[in-house]
Amino acid sequence: MIELFTTYVWPVVIIAAQSLLLLVLLLVGVAYILLADRKIWAAVQLRRGPNVVGPFGLLQSFADLLKFVLKEPVIPAGSNKGVFLLAPLVTATLALAAWAVIPVNAGWMVADINVGILYIFAISSLMVYGIIMGGWASNSKYAFLSAIRSAAQMVSYEVSIGFVIITVLLCAGSLKLSAIVAAQDTPYGMLGWYWLWLLPMFVIFFISALAETNRPPFDLVEAESELVAGFMVEYGSSPYMMFMLGEYVAIVTMCAMATILFLGGWLPPFPIAPFTWVPGVIWFVLKICFMFFLFAMAKAIVPRYRYDQLMRLGWKVFLPISLAMVVIVAAVLQFGGLAPGRMP
Amino acid sequence: MILPALFFYLFAGACIASAFMVIAARNPVHSVLYLIFAFVNAAGLFVLMGAEFLAMILIVVYVGAVAVLFLFVVMMLDVDFAELRQGVLQYLPFGALIGVVMLAELLLVVGAWVIGPGVPRAITAPIPADITNTEALGRVLYTKYIYYFQAAGLVLLVAMVGAIVLTLRHKAGVKRQNIGDQVARTRDTAIEVVKVRPGQGL
Repeated sequence: MIELFTTYVWPVVIIAAQSLLLLVLLLVGVAYILLADRKIWAAVQLRRGPNVVGPFGLLQSFADLLKFVLKEPVIPAGSNKGVFLLAPLVTATLALAAWAVIPVNAGWMVADINVGILYIFAISSLMVYGIIMGGWASNSKYAFLSAIRSAAQMVSYEVSIGFVIITVLLCAGSLKLSAIVAAQDTPYGMLGWYWLWLLPMFVIFFISALAETNRPPFDLVEAESELVAGFMVEYGSSPYMMFMLGEYVAIVTMCAMATILFLGGWLPPFPIAPFTWVPGVIWFVLKICFMFFLFAMAKAIVPRYRYDQLMRLGWKVFLPISLAMVVIVAAVLQFGGLAPGRMP
Repeated sequence: MILPALFFYLFAGACIASAFMVIAARNPVHSVLYLIFAFVNAAGLFVLMGAEFLAMILIVVYVGAVAVLFLFVVMMLDVDFAELRQGVLQYLPFGALIGVVMLAELLLVVGAWVIGPGVPRAITAPIPADITNTEALGRVLYTKYIYYFQAAGLVLLVAMVGAIVLTLRHKAGVKRQNIGDQVARTRDTAIEVVKVRPGQGL
């Protein structure tokens, strides 16, 4: 009986507690990320942004949450009810599931699996289903057009993200996220991280991440001048909130991915005294905030792409460049003798 | 060993149930969604067997790309169910004949099936702890089976080129955007400064 408790019950309790802590912190973080998005956007346009609820509008996201939850969910009569309600659930659940493998500090993760990066890639490729299902089940032309656009866009940009990930894996020699961060731990500090050595790939990853998460300038999914509000046009109250939640969690996940792959995860920018005193998790959060600031600035200052230009950028520009970079990086590593774990 | 067994029955049960629903569901879009659910459960079974790389690749390739295209096609089809059911009696004998032939073939195959002598040993061989799944696959694929691996890639490439050749049509008279031309425009080629005299026009 004691054995059963120590081998099964106790680990499950610990994992559940870890997951709960991570999810609560993540969701509170997303609430403030959402506020930061609106504040940055407002600042660029010389507005004040939300500033009424709480001091400096700090409680705005929670007021929005309350409003969404208390409203009546409307399900269109012509919709496919089951799929209509399943779509936002799928989006929110998958977005949160990706955080199971993300290391926020050395050894701080719910599960350190061997194929961590592939797991995140798989989850982000599943995210498209929430959008397709929502668009189809709404039984509306606008929603369906938007779902088709979104699916084509996400599948296209996943290809270049895949090649970017491959170059990082070649340099790090592991698919484990913690090992990828550990591989960037050099005496040179931030100059040893991959953003410098793989700078073209970092740029491609950033732009592809914008497209993958349907952020402006690639928000053709919800281009309000063409498609009213895209695949979410029939949604309201809690289902709509879950779509938005999934979207913003996916954005934070992409920021975390960029942090882990290119900005050295939880590592301090310089491996010397005052920087190493700060706990790794703070560096990790700061780097995510920096990446999100870039996301928000791109939303504020870049005009929306046209759809054919988006496809051209993905297939004719990013795909050849990233494919060539995979070959170049592999050749440099192999013939320069730098490849990790090279077979004799 | 209770937990893995529980998860095995969970994944296997859900996989079989959703595979049945693929053919039982009336709405073709629901069928594809059940198919996707079956894929995800199969990936869960792979993880239980220790084949984590295979599980993730199954999700990325089949669920993330192939099934999206399935879903696309099925959603775009304008299926009229009343019309579909009209000729059922007419086609029933032929369909039944094909079903019987398939069943007979399957029975013959299963009846003559012996488990290869090397298989039990290969299955029960312990998974080495010092080498990860991905590394082990890479070492075999890129050394021993490199020619087969490359040949498989070539076959896919040829299929892709074939599909593009079959469907690519050039319409005459369609205006296309040429990015190179647009970028190559300079002030000299783009604008012309003319002096217009009053009362004369151009």
